[in-house]
Amino acid sequence: MTMPLIGSDALSYAEALPPDWPGSFWAHIFFWVILLILFITVIVLLFTWLERRWLGRLQIRPGPNRAGPFGLLQPIADVFKLLLKEDIVPDKADKWVHWLAPVVALAPALLVFAVIPFQDGALLADLNIGILFILAVSSMVVIGVFMAGWGSSNKYSLLGAMRTIAQEISYEIPLVLSIVGVIIISGTLSLNEMVKAQQDVAFIFVQPLGFIIYITAALAEVARTPFDLIEADSELVAGFHTEYSGMKFALFFLVEYAETLAVAAIATTLFLGGWQGPFLPPWMWFIIKLFAVFMFIIWVRGTLPRLRIDQVMGFAWKFLLPLALINVVITGVEVLAWPDAPLLALGIINLVVAAVLVLLMSKLFKLGGGRVPV
Amino acid sequence: MLTNYAYIAFYLVACILLAVVALGVPIILRLLKISPSKPNKVKTDTYECGMETTGRSWVQFNFRYYVYALMLIALDVLVVFLYPWAAQIKELGASGFVAVLVFIFIVVIGYFYAWRKRMLEWR
Repeated sequence: MTMPLIGSDALSYAEALPPDWPGSFWAHIFFWVILLILFITVIVLLFTWLERRWLGRLQIRPGPNRAGPFGLLQPIADVFKLLLKEDIVPDKADKWVHWLAPVVALAPALLVFAVIPFQDGALLADLNIGILFILAVSSMVVIGVFMAGWGSSNKYSLLGAMRTIAQEISYEIPLVLSIVGVIIISGTLSLNEMVKAQQDVAFIFVQPLGFIIYITAALAEVARTPFDLIEADSELVAGFHTEYSGMKFALFFLVEYAETLAVAAIATTLFLGGWQGPFLPPWMWFIIKLFAVFMFIIWVRGTLPRLRIDQVMGFAWKFLLPLALINVVITGVEVLAWPDAPLLALGIINLVVAAVLVLLMSKLFKLGGGRVPV
Repeated sequence: MLTNYAYIAFYLVACILLAVVALGVPIILRLLKISPSKPNKVKTDTYECGMETTGRSWVQFNFRYYVYALMLIALDVLVVFLYPWAAQIKELGASGFVAVLVFIFIVVIGYFYAWRKRMLEWR
């Protein structure tokens, strides 16, 4: 389909739009840009509230409960507090890089949601390379993080930023490889088509190993506990954003939660069946699954302690990467040897394979003979 | 298809505008004297846990990060080639699969070499 990018003929754009969307080029952009930005902001505010409440429950304490019913107004109060704080920039910092870093980090973190389907065909841009777009864009956040660490001219910031880069590029590979299995089974790179391929069985049952690798690597990518040693308060103060205050800090906070939201959204779309579900409207299913994944992430945070840096790196390179490669090869063999297999049958085989592989690998996985000299 | 990229371009502009506006509001609040701005020498000093700052942080940095970056490039290229193959696996069939296996094998040799050289360990 070839058509002019920008012109006066509104009708030709209407033909190129997603199926159930009436309207023109500009109406589509206007509606979706405002919707996406509102959606991300509101869900991030809800997430910060939910994280503190749910973490409070996990640790047998009430959590924030003063501002509004159930403490629901707490995030709003936080936003206003951060807005009115004094903005401190260190003398030695590179002022421009220090100022630009939150902008560079925020834009790609929000850009991920352009291709996430909320409902059948209801998304900003139904790219036929959707998942590739997400992976390309989401790894650009690191540039903003490194600008923050370098521009602050603070030793803790620099160490935190360096660790961020080392950790994110290490976990990038298992993350990307774990998705290949889903692509093999669905045979497409478009996210909307992938959700449609999960009509009968969600891919978490067909690709259990892929899901485990994805969620582990994604937790490390967005630096959630147990992989949050890039902002380990006991050693690095606050990591790359040590020298940030006020609204700039708030933007980094937003980036962090937007990334977590993106992880939840991708896990929902690729593995949990996206907007598919009975009775309720599709977009509601999407949001319910989003919150379920996020609560799982908080649960992991409330349960596991922080790992050591050599454990984290060894885990990525020596455990997750071989496992992800084996998963890709096995899935490829299955699809080629048994082209019209029912998905559930593949799922049972994969479940057994996953259990055997994970048990075997955890027997074999050792760091320095089980003991690392510190 | 190209229209989709126009959507994304406009969305990107909106995201950058959002960030710039979010950073602009505190500046306006400061000019209106609503939020405080009283910098002094101690406050704008580089934070170092209360100690006096020594030296700068723009220094040459540890070599081991470089090895990880090299490994990333090798394996990321592998993955970039795996994606189109995975999307078209049924059309490409067994011959495509064998080609990909050979490709993976070549990269895995490099991976095991790095492993044997103890490059994957954080030292």
